[in-house]
Amino acid sequence: MNIRNTITIDGTPVPFQDGDTIMDAATRAGIYIPHLCHNPEFKPHGSCKLCTVNVNGRNCSACTFPAADGQQVLNSTEELNATRRTITQMLFVEGNHFCPSCEKSGNCQLQGVAYFLNMLDPHFPLFYPERETDSSHPDILLDRDRCILCELCVRASREIDGKNVFGLSGRGIHTHLVVNADSGLLKDTDLTPADKAAQVCPVGAIIVKRHGFETPIGARQFDQQNVSEWSLSWEPAAMGDEHG
Amino acid sequence: MTISDADQAWLSAVVANHGRHATRLLQILRDVQDHFRHIPRPVMQLLAEQLGVPLAQVQGVTEFYSFLSTQPQGRYHLQLSDSISDHMLGSRALGTYLCDKLGVADGETRADGRVSFAYTSCSGLCDQGPAGLVNGWWLPKLDRSRIDRISALVEADVPLSQWPQDLFSARDNVRRPGLLLSNPVASGSALKWSLMRGLASTLDEVDKSGLRGRGGAGFQTSWKWRFCFEGPEETAVCPVEKGERMERYVVCNADEGEPGTFKDRVLLNSHAHQVFEGMTLCAGIVGAKQGFLYLRGEYLALRAKLEAVLAERRRLNLLGVGILGREGFDFDIEIHMGAGAYICGEESALIESLEGKRGTPRNRPPYPVTHGYLGRPTVVNNVETFVAAAAIALKGGVWFASHGTEKSKGSKILSICGDCARPGIYEYDFGVSIAQILKDCGAANTFGVQVGGPSGVFIGEQEFERRLGFEDLATGGSFMIFDKTRDVLEIVRNFTHFFAHESCGFCTPCRVGTSLLRNAMDKLCAGHGAAGDLVEIGNLGQFVRAASHCGLGQTAANPLLATLERFPELYQSRLKSISFEPGFDLDGELSTARRMTGRDDAHAHLEQESV
Ligand SMILES: Cc1cc2nc3c(=O)[nH]c(=O)nc-3n(C[C@H](O)[C@H](O)[C@H](O)COP(=O)(O)O)c2cc1C
Ligand code: SF4
Ligand code: SF4
Ligand code: FES
Repeated sequence: MNIRNTITIDGTPVPFQDGDTIMDAATRAGIYIPHLCHNPEFKPHGSCKLCTVNVNGRNCSACTFPAADGQQVLNSTEELNATRRTITQMLFVEGNHFCPSCEKSGNCQLQGVAYFLNMLDPHFPLFYPERETDSSHPDILLDRDRCILCELCVRASREIDGKNVFGLSGRGIHTHLVVNADSGLLKDTDLTPADKAAQVCPVGAIIVKRHGFETPIGARQFDQQNVSEWSLSWEPAAMGDEHG
Repeated sequence: MTISDADQAWLSAVVANHGRHATRLLQILRDVQDHFRHIPRPVMQLLAEQLGVPLAQVQGVTEFYSFLSTQPQGRYHLQLSDSISDHMLGSRALGTYLCDKLGVADGETRADGRVSFAYTSCSGLCDQGPAGLVNGWWLPKLDRSRIDRISALVEADVPLSQWPQDLFSARDNVRRPGLLLSNPVASGSALKWSLMRGLASTLDEVDKSGLRGRGGAGFQTSWKWRFCFEGPEETAVCPVEKGERMERYVVCNADEGEPGTFKDRVLLNSHAHQVFEGMTLCAGIVGAKQGFLYLRGEYLALRAKLEAVLAERRRLNLLGVGILGREGFDFDIEIHMGAGAYICGEESALIESLEGKRGTPRNRPPYPVTHGYLGRPTVVNNVETFVAAAAIALKGGVWFASHGTEKSKGSKILSICGDCARPGIYEYDFGVSIAQILKDCGAANTFGVQVGGPSGVFIGEQEFERRLGFEDLATGGSFMIFDKTRDVLEIVRNFTHFFAHESCGFCTPCRVGTSLLRNAMDKLCAGHGAAGDLVEIGNLGQFVRAASHCGLGQTAANPLLATLERFPELYQSRLKSISFEPGFDLDGELSTARRMTGRDDAHAHLEQESV
């Protein structure tokens, strides 16, 4: 490790290791940068853009942009948080998110960042897309209405479970999650509730059946901690895994 | 649908022909589309098995590209270009005429399966519109009489190979040849001269010429070639060896998807040798053995001709093993076809597409020049860049650099369309004024020009003294002219529809933002906009520009923001009512509540939002 490697985040010097992204360096240092498609157990992806930071005057995705000596990174500014709030609003209006009736409510990271960013309304006209729900699997529900296209399930199934159960299809606003089976249905895959892919969804799109209400609303993840505290409580320790 | 034994055998042969490489998936799917008129699910399954990729990936690729479809298309699939220049020539009315005539609806296939119809993004024939495609083959200069002829041929079930050739023949329309078009390079001459003088000094000439990429971004070409030659940092330990150690690739970007651009079409049609000569020089310099021409699906008509040129070059020993007798100088070029996706012009999306995947732009760094095709150092250059490089290799860097301006050396080939007497190809030294160009092509009563296509900038009359060049108006070559009879908002609406349709969907700001922009422009143009909508659409445009992952999203709001800044009055005049008259009286609605609570203080009143 090279100890001279240092960037600043909002003026605070932060050391980084060779190969670190800005997100890696921040996480190690206990600094939260809002994120959704990033999960330190997986290779960086860079699609949601929630982690947008400003590096030496340019907007970059913290989860994919390599840290380099002397970078001045802006993270917690009003302007960047406004950008992130807009992104969060877009994710809400693009799908169908009826939080009060969603099992994931309170454990949902999309909700979590919305609270964190003080998002008070969806702002944009809702799209009300028609998306298919797949309840064919005995133990796992796929509710595409809630999918934010982060590809974490795709990556988990490919990289960790070795199964390739999911993939993205379509283009543009018609991009959607597909299931890797002749029938296109989850029941015809070898997905099990123990798979990483069944557990990694940041929202309520992939849900293990019959466990939804084990923790009552009010005692759930983001009822107790905000999303930044929650992220920093486990992500620094999980970081080692990805650099295998 | 089940697949017959004959079709299964056909498919196996196709897959074998493509060497069973997963990188050929998109090429195979194009063949399948051609054969079955769609991509049947059972074929996806067979392909997944035979290529060893997940079915979800085959489906994901199929549903990404506009020219592939999961529903059967007609045996004659007719498309009309939706480019603004085609609109201005009455393409939409023609489309309706065609649909009525053939009894087919937009986006649908006729019940008998013979014919289907759809609108498509710019087909690269804006100088001879309204233009269309039949099964991917060009149909220029459409009018009612041609539609009548086409309908008759379809109804009589005449095979395409027997249609009269005049229906297909596109013209070059070169109106003003300049530095490059007047000095074509005889095939082989630049290579011979370079080998005699040494390839290293050719790189020096390209360096001296100051040539910058012609695809839009304007990166210094000699630097790109040098970076590719040097390779990735992590292998740059042992400079002597590194030229040998790793495969390198040279890619010619012939995706030319920017609406209103068609100069690469002409270069490939009439100067293909020079394009390939430039690629071969580049390969010699960077040490690449394999090259690709990524040809947009809309340019299917050029393919056979290009294959013939490649074959001829192999015969002349200008391609292949030991080029021009030089031992170790091995290089060949393969043509890969696109399938209707503007994003595949973006170099990293292009490389994904070359690898047979969905055309999604990669995260950068690392850049393609060090980590490109299959992770190897790859040069991606525009068609015109290679044409210029071949000329520079022969005539020298000084020759080229003596033209143009300080920061923009040489010439630029423009594709001019829209409201002018002589649309077509014009080549100018950089530094030419917009006014000069407008005069030369016979534009009159001009309101504005979209320079560089929808992703470029819209300029108005006051700016016609501005000059082409990287220091002022950079352009990939699209030059669309609008006269004073045109409706600027409709133009912008057309462009926002284009970007929403072409967004790849990878990143949130562009995936959702371009659709929101499209909907907002529809609302404004339909006369339902209020003043708040203008503020909103401006903010949204700025956001999409600043937050998107790649150049598509970063430029998608350009037409809107440029015209909103220059012609706010045109937008305001379209608002429902300038002094907003609300549908109901907000404060009045509260009167019952005031009476019941016995309040009448300032906080118990609502001020009507004034606009
Ligand atoms: C959405 C998008 C579309 C593009 N389309 C093209 C294209 O059709 N042709 C092209 O040469 N470059 C295109 N580019 C630019 C390429 O990414 C790349 O910069 C270029 O091919 C490099 O070649 P050059 O240096 O010779 O210009 C596009 C870029 C973006 C962001
Ligand atoms: S299902 Fe969940 S994990 Fe998979 S892409 Fe959608 S939001 Fe991400
Ligand atoms: S900006 Fe648009 S085209 Fe580019 S990656 Fe994002 S969604 Fe895809
Ligand atoms: S967290 Fe970085 S782009 Fe999604």
